[in-house]
Amino acid sequence: MGQTIIEKILSRKSGRQAYAGDIVIAEVDFIMGQDGTSPLAINAFREMAGRALYDPSRVALVIDHSAPSPNEGVSNLHKLMRDFARETGCRLYDIGDGVCHQVMLESGVVGPGSLVVGADSHTCTYGALNAFATGVGSTDLAAAMISGRMWFKVPPTLRFECHGVLPPGVYSKDLILYLIGQVTADGATYMSVEFGGEAVRNLSMEARFTIANMAVEMGAKAGLMEADEKTATWVQRYGRRTFTPVAPDPDAVYAKVLEYDVTTLEPQVARPHRVDNVVPLREVAGLTVDEAVLGTCTNGRLEDLQVAASILRGRRVSPSVRFIVAPASRQVYLDALRDGTLETLVRAGAAVVTPGCGPCVGTHNGVPADGDRVISTANRNFKGRMGNRNAEIYLASPAAVAAAAITGKITDPREFVK
Amino acid sequence: MLLAGKAHTFGDDINTDYIISGKYKFKTLDMAELARHVMEDLDPNFYTKITPGDFIVAGRNFGCGSSREQAPLAIKHAGISAVIARSFARIFYRNAINTGLPVVECDTSTIGPGDRLEVDLAAGMLYNRTRGLELKITPLPPVMLKILNDGGLAAHFRKHGGFHLD
Repeated sequence: MGQTIIEKILSRKSGRQAYAGDIVIAEVDFIMGQDGTSPLAINAFREMAGRALYDPSRVALVIDHSAPSPNEGVSNLHKLMRDFARETGCRLYDIGDGVCHQVMLESGVVGPGSLVVGADSHTCTYGALNAFATGVGSTDLAAAMISGRMWFKVPPTLRFECHGVLPPGVYSKDLILYLIGQVTADGATYMSVEFGGEAVRNLSMEARFTIANMAVEMGAKAGLMEADEKTATWVQRYGRRTFTPVAPDPDAVYAKVLEYDVTTLEPQVARPHRVDNVVPLREVAGLTVDEAVLGTCTNGRLEDLQVAASILRGRRVSPSVRFIVAPASRQVYLDALRDGTLETLVRAGAAVVTPGCGPCVGTHNGVPADGDRVISTANRNFKGRMGNRNAEIYLASPAAVAAAAITGKITDPREFVK
Repeated sequence: MLLAGKAHTFGDDINTDYIISGKYKFKTLDMAELARHVMEDLDPNFYTKITPGDFIVAGRNFGCGSSREQAPLAIKHAGISAVIARSFARIFYRNAINTGLPVVECDTSTIGPGDRLEVDLAAGMLYNRTRGLELKITPLPPVMLKILNDGGLAAHFRKHGGFHLD
């Protein structure tokens, strides 16, 4: 019987033929925790009487959610992580290294066919590299750190076939927002999602990460893509390991296949306070904006910063808007420094903050005021997400965020895209 | 195990940011402190309304969003004995079992705020004493039942020295 990508990866990692519905115990290739989840995982590790990591070279802790620390409580939790890393010999990525997911994508340890668990729901981002990567809690993470294994119920697969080519000024962010709006926030709960078709193949790796990143916003356990030459190029740039790509069988059994033509897609936004509350941007155009955020694990990569810079070049951010830019990693920061992208953004009026998650998760670096309306490239717009329950968050593409930063209103970015 | 208490009702898609906001959970591992802020963005006084043993009752996709295990832990430490929902987001569901918080999947449409409920996990039944209704619960997968019966995944590991799920 044919298998989907996730069935093949879980078969390979568990040593038995696995199909949707089976329970398997699988070998884990890499384990990641961040500063919101690792401290609890360290507690669980001790509670489980864990003495050593199964393989310190396969475990990384990343300090990104509140980096640098905004208060003494956070500082003490960061210290706990640093002490644990020193004691066990695992990798530690400290303040300024970047958002855990971008750090992992650049670390060379994740590639086609890998199985990665991360104590962060957006771990599914690495699915764009043809890896089964999924978010888990702190206790599951500790169990994997000790045993190198994890139990899974093999999920059924929902496949999106996306045909056509995205029009100018419309990006992979618009596509994934549109798909989430179509299937809703629990449309893929307990499922693996495969994104395929010409429209996905045409995207850069960076644009593909944006799509895989948001698979969890439709409830999915994984958001997988097939590997191609672009995947190989990415892996070779950062890779130190060899990987074996996994393609679905032609007769793989899918729970559902949904087909879309992206040729006529237009810019999208998710309105407050739900990620699946998606409408074409024109329906909310003209709403005033107080804060514009460019960054996050969804859209803080070089290409995203470049798109925003191309719109902001020679223009000024509206005096009524606070424009916050958080490069996704130190590497992205350096690349954007070298090619002039950051200079363009800073000249236009951007406040650049340390690579990390702060603005998205409400820990620091841009908590909105009561009544503020924010447009952000992030992946969640829940009430209070950015630290103030009395603010509104609209999710959109980097181009739409740049356009709003200029005009002070939600604006169709195609007005600025040649 | 028979659980008994009154229902606190919520809607669909209750995400983990609502259960415990990021602005608190990054600062401390003190679950008694986090418990005071449970559901705060939806109901600022929710914590003060809980009598130990009470239930959170919700619609679809309870616990969607981030993977924070502080969500089930804050609920548990606030005195809630189980979460009853039409459906759960998958990471929350795993985290709840791993931390020993029972999660009960059933049709919650007939449960009203303040209803007196009893949950019999072993029998797979929920009794609504206020309305005189009996509801069937979707049984936990055997793997998860085993972890829950051991008192959570950490206790399971201590007991067996690793995964022992067969």
